[in-house]
Amino acid sequence: MSKIKSLADLKKIRDEKVSGLQSRERGEDAENLVQVKVAMATCGIASGAKETMEFIAEALEKRGVDAVVTQVGCMGYCYAEPTIEVKLPGSESVVFGGVNIEKADEIIEKYIKGGELVDGIIPVNYETID
Amino acid sequence: MSKYSMHLLVCGGTGCKSQESDIIAEKLKNELLKQGLEETVQVIMTGCFGFCEKGPILKVMPDNTFYTQVKPEDAEEIVEEHVIKGRRVERLLYTDPETEAHVEDSKHMGFYKKQLRIALRNCGVIDPEIIDEYIARDGYSALGEVLANQTPEETIELMKASGLRGRGGAGFPAGLKWDFARKNEADQKYVVCNADEGDPGAFMDRSILEGDPHSVLEAMAIVGRCIGADMGYIYIRAEYPLAIARLKTAIGQARKYGLLGKDILGSDFNFDVDLKYGAGAFVCGEETALIHSMEGERGEPSLKPPFPAESGYMGKPTNVNNVETLANVPVIILKGAEWFSSIGTDTSKGTKVFALAGKINNVGLIEVPMGTTLREVIFEIGGGIKDGKKFKAVQTGGPSGGCLTEKHLDMPISYENLVANGSMMGSGGMIVLDEDDCMVSIAKFYLEFTVEESCGKCAPCRIGNKRLLELLERICEGKGEESDLVRLRNLGEVIKDTSLCGLGQSSPNPVLSTMDNFYDEYLAHVVDKKCPSGVCTDLLEYFIVEENCIGCTACARACPVGCISGERKEPHLINPDTCIKCGACMEKCKFDAVILK
Repeated sequence: MSKIKSLADLKKIRDEKVSGLQSRERGEDAENLVQVKVAMATCGIASGAKETMEFIAEALEKRGVDAVVTQVGCMGYCYAEPTIEVKLPGSESVVFGGVNIEKADEIIEKYIKGGELVDGIIPVNYETID
Repeated sequence: MSKYSMHLLVCGGTGCKSQESDIIAEKLKNELLKQGLEETVQVIMTGCFGFCEKGPILKVMPDNTFYTQVKPEDAEEIVEEHVIKGRRVERLLYTDPETEAHVEDSKHMGFYKKQLRIALRNCGVIDPEIIDEYIARDGYSALGEVLANQTPEETIELMKASGLRGRGGAGFPAGLKWDFARKNEADQKYVVCNADEGDPGAFMDRSILEGDPHSVLEAMAIVGRCIGADMGYIYIRAEYPLAIARLKTAIGQARKYGLLGKDILGSDFNFDVDLKYGAGAFVCGEETALIHSMEGERGEPSLKPPFPAESGYMGKPTNVNNVETLANVPVIILKGAEWFSSIGTDTSKGTKVFALAGKINNVGLIEVPMGTTLREVIFEIGGGIKDGKKFKAVQTGGPSGGCLTEKHLDMPISYENLVANGSMMGSGGMIVLDEDDCMVSIAKFYLEFTVEESCGKCAPCRIGNKRLLELLERICEGKGEESDLVRLRNLGEVIKDTSLCGLGQSSPNPVLSTMDNFYDEYLAHVVDKKCPSGVCTDLLEYFIVEENCIGCTACARACPVGCISGERKEPHLINPDTCIKCGACMEKCKFDAVILK
């Protein structure tokens, strides 16, 4: 990590990150990976998000699914923690609520591996600025 | 890879379920089975779409068609027309109320704009522990822009023009605050981020710090540049360990990238941030008390003026802003004042984050443009009241706010409207109450909190609130007189008028606003000695319902004071004069014959 010395340098890092250049340099192809985001704020962790995340990361590796599992902040669905967002290559991301280990297993087997939706979807009902 | 080429998403939220959405799902499945499509089209129940007003909702993926007010008998048509022939069922599409046109794609529906995430833009989107993810979402570009292309005066003017007001409580214009701090010359100035979130039920600041810590750091550096400070402190409660850990990681990463430290982004601007921990005193959210606590003094407020902009931390000009306020700053710089001020109402610009809690279906963190009505927040985004109960009131602004009722539901949310109706914005906690809640004991609950949290420096708050609480306790115990209601009001007004800081000036609000809106409940407590909602146990009596009682004698045997009489196989009777209200009879009764009334 070297220092960013100007606004132009900063923009370069941004563009690299946005175009996926950084991950490509590391040999990953983000476009073709399954992306899983786990809401890991205090509220999520208190309802078991940590266990869910560990399980998902481990299970995906064991079952041979190419995926990136990352932690993110609070998605706002306190009534449905732990929440995860899954993006399959080429389709829109889907948010699932109440994802304990059992549910995570079902999501991996049915949705991630088979594209079949499972109960517990939380429809996204907000807009975010770009 | 998917065996399904189409998904029918049926809303399984409470509102839609009460309108037979599960039957709709069943019917759809049956229709698909009839057509032999059960292997290619999947029907699935989802959580609440946040559009209960037009429920039941059915969304078709992948074409994003959004059907509203669907009935079980529509299932056949949907399968035949949409699924098989690929034609949308026009009459079930959502009609835009303004253009009166059918909206096909849910992405273009107005209701999706009910929630607009500005302060929460990165929460749940980026990994808060990886600075590159923040940079990818235009992070630190606003700081770069300010350093490279704007003078501090220009940035302050931009903030003033945007109309951004403090999100921590009182709603003071942020740009004006910065201007004051800039104009006070000194050898050293400070930027302080107030992360002492203390309202019961409010957690937006914690969520922002945990989900997007860099946005706050970037904003603090921008403030530093504007007012001429090279040091910033985040005053954060020690009971937010995850937020603290993520902030520390973020500060470390920003320093490594040179986004904090000396000569930031090749300019001559230096700025660094450090953390100061609070011990969790509510009063330290007040900026003068916060500064005293940072200095190692007692967390007590002092008289303003002098304002912190003149003499704050270590006697130097200091600018204090709340977390959510700061989280808005980088976006405003990048998107412009005009964009920001186009959102919201005349006097309240932008969006506000609310924490929905209490008797509401979708407990959670939401962000809506100012001017959204309480009805939209509670009944659409929040999914309505739990268990189909009746809405009674919503407490906004925490212990300093007041309650709003049915008649306020269509009021657009703004700083002014809330104050005019006896409440306040506060930090944005919204606690929803239903018909089972007793307003007198709600007022008592909040007052217990303020009595506990009063720092004790000024007499009206220290002694007055204590006396106010004693009056409420008497009323809840059934020992209140009608004259107590007059004393409650008078004392409340005096405390508001004479207290030193915001805590005392607002602490009687829950009492006064519940008295304004629910006076009959107070009267019931003092005149009839009854609690209409059945909450205040001292005012309730255990009672045996004759029809339900089979005379099994279980209650009489359980009663420790022998106040239950009756023959075997005959309905029993509780003597209220000797009953100690222990509840043992109710626990033992298997026939729901013992009730509290």
